Amino acid sequence: MPLARTPVNLEALRLTGRRAVAETLGRYAFFSAAFFSIIVSGMIVWSLAAETWTFVSQVDYSTLWTDGWFPRRGMYDIKTLVVGSLLTTIVAMLVAVPLGLGAAIYMSEYAKPSVRKVLKPTLEVLAGIPSVVLGFFALTFISPEVVQRLFSGATQFNMLAAGIGVGILTIPLVASVSEDAMRSVPDTLREASYGMGARRVSTVLRVVVPAAVSGLVAALIIAISRAIGETMVVFIAAGATGGSLFSVDVLGPGQTMTAAIASQAAGTDQVVGEGLTFQSLFFVGSLLFLLTLLLNLVADRFVRRVRQKY
Amino acid sequence: MAVTTGTVSADDKAGSDPVFELSSLEVFYGEFRAVREVSMEIAEREITAFIGPSGCGKTTVLRCLNRMNDLIETARVQGSVKYHGVDLYDAAVSATEVRRRIGMVFQKPNPFPKSIYDNLAFGPRLNGVKKKSDLDDIVESSLKSAALWDEVKDRLKSSALGLSGGQQQRLCIARCVAVKPDVILMDEPCSALDPIATARIEDLMRELTSEYTIVIVTHNMQQAARVSDRTAFFTTEVNPESDRRTGVLVEYNPTSKIFSTPDDERTEQYVTGRFG
Ligand SMILES: Nc1ncnc2c1ncn2[C@@H]1O[C@H](COP(=O)(O)OP(=O)(O)O)[C@@H](O)[C@H]1O
Ligand SMILES: [Mg+2]
Repeated sequence: MPLARTPVNLEALRLTGRRAVAETLGRYAFFSAAFFSIIVSGMIVWSLAAETWTFVSQVDYSTLWTDGWFPRRGMYDIKTLVVGSLLTTIVAMLVAVPLGLGAAIYMSEYAKPSVRKVLKPTLEVLAGIPSVVLGFFALTFISPEVVQRLFSGATQFNMLAAGIGVGILTIPLVASVSEDAMRSVPDTLREASYGMGARRVSTVLRVVVPAAVSGLVAALIIAISRAIGETMVVFIAAGATGGSLFSVDVLGPGQTMTAAIASQAAGTDQVVGEGLTFQSLFFVGSLLFLLTLLLNLVADRFVRRVRQKY
Repeated sequence: MAVTTGTVSADDKAGSDPVFELSSLEVFYGEFRAVREVSMEIAEREITAFIGPSGCGKTTVLRCLNRMNDLIETARVQGSVKYHGVDLYDAAVSATEVRRRIGMVFQKPNPFPKSIYDNLAFGPRLNGVKKKSDLDDIVESSLKSAALWDEVKDRLKSSALGLSGGQQQRLCIARCVAVKPDVILMDEPCSALDPIATARIEDLMRELTSEYTIVIVTHNMQQAARVSDRTAFFTTEVNPESDRRTGVLVEYNPTSKIFSTPDDERTEQYVTGRFG
């Protein structure tokens, strides 16, 4: 007799035995996984916040605005790091936005399906290059062969090469998020444009890009956030020294927020020094965390706008 | 059964050359022949309607008239489509130039996600109109000719997506009119609209014939009967060699004749509702 035809009573409809156990176990297993991730994130934020608080409450504020970032000597010039991050990020975006957006436009609007089939995976391979490899490439190729050839004054370690490296690293991200944004623009809009006699360039520039603008802004913000958070490339190529003088010269060495933490926390010397050296890294870390969190939240809003529109 | 594929209109309007001459037009999607041997002439400043069951190739033929089929990778056209005597598929002819003269209104209203004003100014701007006062004039006159001016004149700067479906479709017609095309192609422009909005668009089409040649696809026979001067009835025939169905033109005649004394039995069955 098929199950559906057995007599119906409360017992028959109750979830019992192994089926009930499996259901309960499943629920607890997945709950634990979710709970564990949240706890870990919470602990990270807590340790960051605690050490940051120690730093903020004990530091002599005059040391936050000095000639450079030399934490072991008690000079915590935060603007050195912020400006360093800013400069490398700007350079990175000058590289990644035109190339990434251009590649995205090509893939979404020009490429035949057969070409796209090759291009997309290729870009994804680029996304898979470990940043340490790119850092090395920036130091041993971009710096001597590109930057120093173009600008005679450039030093071996320089923020320009590092920024270009970070830019190359973020091209696939920009391309992929922008392509998604443009592909979500419905074909009916392209037809409307072509139907009016628009050429392909006009259709791309006047219809597709404006319609996808919130997604494109999101791509930019995500890429900025990625570039600010990038450590290895700048650590290797911009001057992995323990400290740095304040500088706005991209042809010379510099220190970013990320590289500052890495170069102190890693390496042979322990993070020792004047009382607050250790805590200063957490302070920078918090700053970085808040900045990227903020950028990601803003990007998320833009992405949502794209989804709602169509 | 008499097969009258490729009927050519008998009584041309005296004195005016046809806008389009289709001869033995065939369209393939890849290997699939979607329509075969369509021959007809489309007269100036008239409304020509394409009717027939769905899948018979009305849209396909319509999109040949302004080379919108170029956008479909697999589509291939055989035979010829002459526009004022020029072969549209000649290698020297640019599809974008064609579409500047032959505009199109689609089945689903597709305003750009821009302001009402920018939707209407889109075409003129493509054509190099830059002066604000010129654009203002074009926007106003094309909205008026689409009977939309009074409804939107106070919110030209607000998004076109905020309009109702019927208003959006009239906006699309206005956007098409704004570049002063020669011909307007409409692919089931009312299929997404309610009866009141449909009636407004039909009135609009009648008004537009004073200046424009209109070709409209509809599968609403009453609509064809109400608005068009001539009607082409398409249907599908099963290919002997494969079991795919190919669209054919069964009959092309003045609308009054199609709906009263059609030449072909299949037309009669269709218009009296005993078919498709
Ligand atoms: N882009 C396309 N690719 C492949 N086949 C298509 C495409 N567009 C239409 N067809 C086919 O061509 C035939 C005619 O379609 P269509 O012109 O849209 O008919 P109608 O507008 O009369 O409903 C149908 O069999 C349809 O499946
Ligand atoms: Mg159709």
